[in-house]
Amino acid sequence: MYRLMVVDDSNIIRRKIERSQQDSDFDIVVSAVNGREAIEALSKFTPDIITMDLTMPEMDGIQTISRIRQINKQVKILVVSALKDKATAIKALKQGAQGFVCKPFSDFELQEALLELVEE
Amino acid sequence: MDDKRLTIFVQTIAHYLTQTASHELILGTPYLNENKEPMTYDFTGIIGVSGGYKGCVYFTAPRALLKHMLLSMGESELHDENLNDMVGEVANIISGNARKDLGQEFMISVPVVVRGELDEIYLPKNIRSYVIPLFWNSYRAAIVISLDQ
Repeated sequence: MYRLMVVDDSNIIRRKIERSQQDSDFDIVVSAVNGREAIEALSKFTPDIITMDLTMPEMDGIQTISRIRQINKQVKILVVSALKDKATAIKALKQGAQGFVCKPFSDFELQEALLELVEE
Repeated sequence: MDDKRLTIFVQTIAHYLTQTASHELILGTPYLNENKEPMTYDFTGIIGVSGGYKGCVYFTAPRALLKHMLLSMGESELHDENLNDMVGEVANIISGNARKDLGQEFMISVPVVVRGELDEIYLPKNIRSYVIPLFWNSYRAAIVISLDQ
């Protein structure tokens, strides 16, 4: 099983991701509502992969990815965001994300993207 | 804002609603509305816009439509907090996806959700809003675009 951390300020999106991963290869170890919570959780848990929203209050996804890379260079980061422009995707990749899934997404799209990253 | 740009917002919501529950989205005729009397249903998700455009984009919908959307995505908890999240997420997706066409100069905020009537304070003062009525699975909703370029 791969350990998955979900970071999104929307409860319904966190729960959608949780439901989509039932009976999958991923075990959700942490659900965080913003970047700050995600950083705190990383001192207690070591996930294999993180799904990261970008537009969040307190600490947005780009800032969070940058902070995560200062403390953990191994964890895979998959951005899951409504921001569909190329410039945002490039910015996220430059900060250290490895994949990008646009909202709205299907369970299949998410599953494929997660597996692609962990099996790289 | 011209017809082509209005279409950008409509395409996203059409894709989203069709993907959520495969009911066809029917568009009403867009019209201009005075910002002193904002057009709203039960829940409204507002995205503030800055950069090259200034103002806001909002999605407003009745409780029943949002419950239907939640059920369609497999969510069984239909309390107000999740309805807030749903309307905010739709507004976020409409605006976020629009950046693909409008560019990174179209800078968007996190959603603000309002229940009931919308105070005019959320809208730009000197312009009128484009209201795009939506009809989906017997429900009515609207996207409202209030942007100054």
